[in-house]
Amino acid sequence: MMLRLDCLRAIYSDLEKCLVVTIMGALPAELQSLGHRPNFFYLQHAMGLASSTGLGLALSLPAQKVIVLDGDGSLLMNLGSLSTLARYKPKNLLHIVFDNESLLSVGGFPTATSTGTDLEAIARAAGIPKTCTVSTVEDFTTVVRQAIQHEGLQTIVAKVEATGPKVFVTDLGLLENRFQFRRHIQSLSPKSR
Amino acid sequence: MPVSLENSQLIYRALKSCGIRLLSALPETWLVHLIHIAEDDPQMTLVRLAKEEEGVGLSAGAHFAGVKSAMLMQNHGFLAAINGIVSFAHLYKIPLLMLISYRGAFGERDPWQTQGGNVTEPLLRALNIPYSFLDAPTSVEKRIHQAHALAESSLQPVALLLTRDLMWVE
Repeated sequence: MMLRLDCLRAIYSDLEKCLVVTIMGALPAELQSLGHRPNFFYLQHAMGLASSTGLGLALSLPAQKVIVLDGDGSLLMNLGSLSTLARYKPKNLLHIVFDNESLLSVGGFPTATSTGTDLEAIARAAGIPKTCTVSTVEDFTTVVRQAIQHEGLQTIVAKVEATGPKVFVTDLGLLENRFQFRRHIQSLSPKSR
Repeated sequence: MPVSLENSQLIYRALKSCGIRLLSALPETWLVHLIHIAEDDPQMTLVRLAKEEEGVGLSAGAHFAGVKSAMLMQNHGFLAAINGIVSFAHLYKIPLLMLISYRGAFGERDPWQTQGGNVTEPLLRALNIPYSFLDAPTSVEKRIHQAHALAESSLQPVALLLTRDLMWVE
C-alpha cells in the first residue's frame, strides 16, 4: 500500500502555483518535512473545515487553483461539506482525501472507511462532478496533475497506509502560518486572483 | 409571514455598505427575507450551508482572499458552530461577523426554541465573544458598522443578536 508521504513528494512541485489547505496532524507534518511554502495553510484543528476553507478561497479567487488535502477522519466529521462543494462546483477547487482508514494522530483508531464506508461514492452521490479512488503513487500523480491542469471540481480519494511521523508539532507557529498565507495571497497579481 | 421585510432590507443595506461580498447562511424563519435579498443580488456570493460550522471555514477562506464576509444563522446554528469558532476563528484570529437570530427569548411561542434562547448569551460571554443587539431600526446601520469594525480590527468573532422586536411584526 502506498504512503501519503510518497504521494506528497510526487506532487510537491505541482503545488507551487496553487493555494493549499491541509487538515491537522500527520499530513501537515509530512508536508512541512518536504519544505514549507507561503502558499500552504495548515488548519491545525477545527476538524472537517479544511474543505469549507478551500471553498471560501475558491469562490473568492476564481483564477487561483485551490487544493484541499483532506483526510478520512476529518471529512467524516463534515460530510455535509461535500454537498456544499457540489452545490457551488467551483471549477478551481481540487479536493484530495488521504484515506488511511484511521484516526492516526490520536492513537490509530479505525474510522468507518475501515468497515466499508466509501468516501468516493459519498462524494459522487453528493454531486461532485468528477471523482476517483487511487492506490498507487503513479495513478495518484497522474490524476492530480490532470486535475491541476484542467478546470472542474474533483474529489480524489487516495488510499494510503496508516503511518506517519512520530511528532506532529513543527517550529512553524500557527499565527505565523496564517498571516504569511494571507500576505502571500495579497502579493499575487490581480489577474491571477 | 410576519417577518419584517423593511428591517431585513435595512440590515442587508448595512452589510453591503460595510463591503460584505460573501454571505453564508442556513435558512430560518426570521432570515427568510435576508436570504432572498442576497439571492437576488448579483454582487453577493451567497453560500447555502448544510451546517453552520462550515461558515467559519468559508469566512476564513474569504478573509485570506481579502473578501469581506458575514454569517447568517439562528442561535441553534451558533451552538452548532462553536467548535469551529473556537478551534479556527479564535485559534487563528479570524474576523467573523455573525448575525444570529435570537430565538427562544421573550415573546417566543415555539416551545422547541426555548432552550437555545436560555443559553445564547451565557455562551457568548463564556466564549468571550463581544456581542450586541439589533433591536431598533434607528440603530441597525450604526451597530452593524461598529460590529464589523471591531471584528476587522480585533481579528475575532463578533456577534449581533437579531431580536424579535426588530425582525417580527406581530
